[in-house]
Amino acid sequence: MRHIISLLMENEAGALSRVSGLFSARGYNIESLSVAPTEDQSLSRMTIVTSGSDQIIEQIIKQLNKLIDVVKVLDLHDGDHIERELVLVKVKANKQYRDEVQQLSNSYGGRIIDSSENILTIEFTGTSTELDNYLKSLNNSFVVEIVRTGASGIGRGDRILKI
Amino acid sequence: MTAEIITGAEIAIRCLQKENVKFVFGYPGGAVLNIYDAIFQQKSFKHVLVRHEQAAVHAADAYSRATGDVGVALVTSGPGATNAVTGIATAHMDSIPIVIISGQVPTHAIGQDAFQECDTVGITRPCVKHNFLVKDVKDIASTIKKAFYLAATGRPGPVLVDIPKDITAETTEFIYPKNVSLRSYNPVKQGHSGQINKALDLLINAQKPMVYSGGGVVLGNASDALTEFVKLLGFPITNTLMGLGGFPASHENFLGMLGMHGTYQANMAMQECDVLLAVGARFDDRVIGNPDHFLATPKKIIHIDIDPASISKRVKIDIPIVGDVKLVLEDLISAFKALKSNSTNNLISDWLKTIDLWKQKDCMSFQDDGTQIKPQKVIQKLHEVTNGDAFITSDVGQHQMWAAQYYPFDKPRRWINSGGLGTMGVGLPYAMGCQLAFPDSQVACVTGEASIQMCIQELSTCKQFNLPVKIVNLNNRYMGMVRQWQEFFYGNRYAESYMDALPDFVKLAESYGHVGMKIENSSDIEGALKEAFSPKLKERLVFLDFITDQTENVFPMVASGKGLSEMILADDAEDL
Repeated sequence: MRHIISLLMENEAGALSRVSGLFSARGYNIESLSVAPTEDQSLSRMTIVTSGSDQIIEQIIKQLNKLIDVVKVLDLHDGDHIERELVLVKVKANKQYRDEVQQLSNSYGGRIIDSSENILTIEFTGTSTELDNYLKSLNNSFVVEIVRTGASGIGRGDRILKI
Repeated sequence: MTAEIITGAEIAIRCLQKENVKFVFGYPGGAVLNIYDAIFQQKSFKHVLVRHEQAAVHAADAYSRATGDVGVALVTSGPGATNAVTGIATAHMDSIPIVIISGQVPTHAIGQDAFQECDTVGITRPCVKHNFLVKDVKDIASTIKKAFYLAATGRPGPVLVDIPKDITAETTEFIYPKNVSLRSYNPVKQGHSGQINKALDLLINAQKPMVYSGGGVVLGNASDALTEFVKLLGFPITNTLMGLGGFPASHENFLGMLGMHGTYQANMAMQECDVLLAVGARFDDRVIGNPDHFLATPKKIIHIDIDPASISKRVKIDIPIVGDVKLVLEDLISAFKALKSNSTNNLISDWLKTIDLWKQKDCMSFQDDGTQIKPQKVIQKLHEVTNGDAFITSDVGQHQMWAAQYYPFDKPRRWINSGGLGTMGVGLPYAMGCQLAFPDSQVACVTGEASIQMCIQELSTCKQFNLPVKIVNLNNRYMGMVRQWQEFFYGNRYAESYMDALPDFVKLAESYGHVGMKIENSSDIEGALKEAFSPKLKERLVFLDFITDQTENVFPMVASGKGLSEMILADDAEDL
């Protein structure tokens, strides 16, 4: 089962490697991991997408909580949440294909953020599944480069991860 | 009043003084020269110069195991730190509170592949409770304070503080914080009262109850509480390898150690019980064998542990109680006394009879016709000669199991061994740590001719610091446990498990200035031990080299991956 785990940790050197090291040392899956500072300078927020049985996920949460630098952990999967991921796609867009790409992007809600004679770069935001679907819709032979950020997530309504 | 301005090195020393450190086990080197210079000019603690950094950490670890205080080791950068890693990992696996201070190359040289540089914080990260790299002299005091606090509280463990050389030379005010508070670290102490009541309800209605306790009881100083509670309940109890001494072995309720080399009665009772109370233990592979097989006999499990991550890790727990084992046990005792119920004895009488039948298997008996030295007999005699009251350290292998099986411990913190990591070579440095902590007590290191050679250089340290350890070497000219597995599971193909070209241990001991004895006859076991522990040799290290039966195996045995009740007993061994 896929889970999206959010955590707040001390914004200190090495904190990220403690988390990533935990996943590799204990053989847990890690689908994506994104981390950035928060409004509180002393804290970083990390979003981890992982998968495993309930028992494994329970262990992951416990082991994360055990890390001294980790302040708070929330399994967003436990309740309503919103998930977003950003992808930047660079496609070969010659005259023949250009219109099709533009139309497709518009219909999915993507945004062209750079264009040159032969290349279009599109930004698309959505859930990871929406990104998958969007990328599937593109003609693979024209795709030059794909950059995905990994998912970020936030609880719905008054479900807040804060200290 | 302004605080005194001193160097980082002096601050580090003052911090250790503030923590009431009595011994620092270490080895100097370039990156820690400033710290050693400060050590030279102080008198509050003794520095014990080991002969290899691994031994410094092991000795600090044993000091902690024996006393309950935080052990301290000091090593230099690069190889000093990497040599310490085995010791740190050993302490980590057994949750031993130690603080390791390592020197680091100067801050400006970090990342330049400088001489004796390594990423100590990176290398040790997976085998410490936490670690720090100090980048500012102003942070030394608060970091060391945090290190001691983290090491000793919650589930204990090793904490490393890496200090670059330039930081130890810089100066600042010395202010030692009185308290530490970390917003991300608040270990639970008190158990949840609702869970405690649920647990008690299950216990008093059990018909086939069993208590299983581990190293957490020893580390949490909970053996008095455990003993009282188990006596009140009248339940049978077993200890893990790490938990030996947590409940007095001479008490009639004690079924012996459980696990891969546990007694028949302990393993059968674990398997067949209907309610299991697990206290400070973690259901590891050497203890319960195959978890599916273990749970195939239905049972309700109560688990008391300070570490939430230990709960339901390998075995699903019905009633978890997270908290300090001592406090939780005390709460259980009060709750039990409030019930004023003594009815449990009737419910469990059939169960106790069943256990008595299992005991009649007499699984610990061994053949001894007196022609060869039986290792089990050496341990039994060691127990007699020391009145069961010595500190026994061991290395890792067959001798470790025999020591655990044939030296019954009535007190906690007397049995000092590497249970989790299983580190060969710990025995002698462990004995050093115990002997320094308790200079007037008897300390014996039970070892084998393979293990002892892994830290043999420490005979020199023992000479320098006059440590009258008695080394009981069960010399069977094999890596015994490897040989045993090869005999049972690899068709007697003894790949590289034979110890060829052994030194003459008597001469070796003598060359270090110690006393050596070689014992080849079974009838000489007792006499040799008595002499070694006699007043005449009280001040001397004695190396007793017992030439033992080469083919002796450790029984009972639960083969790897098998169920706990699927034991190989000595009587069955011929069918293998």
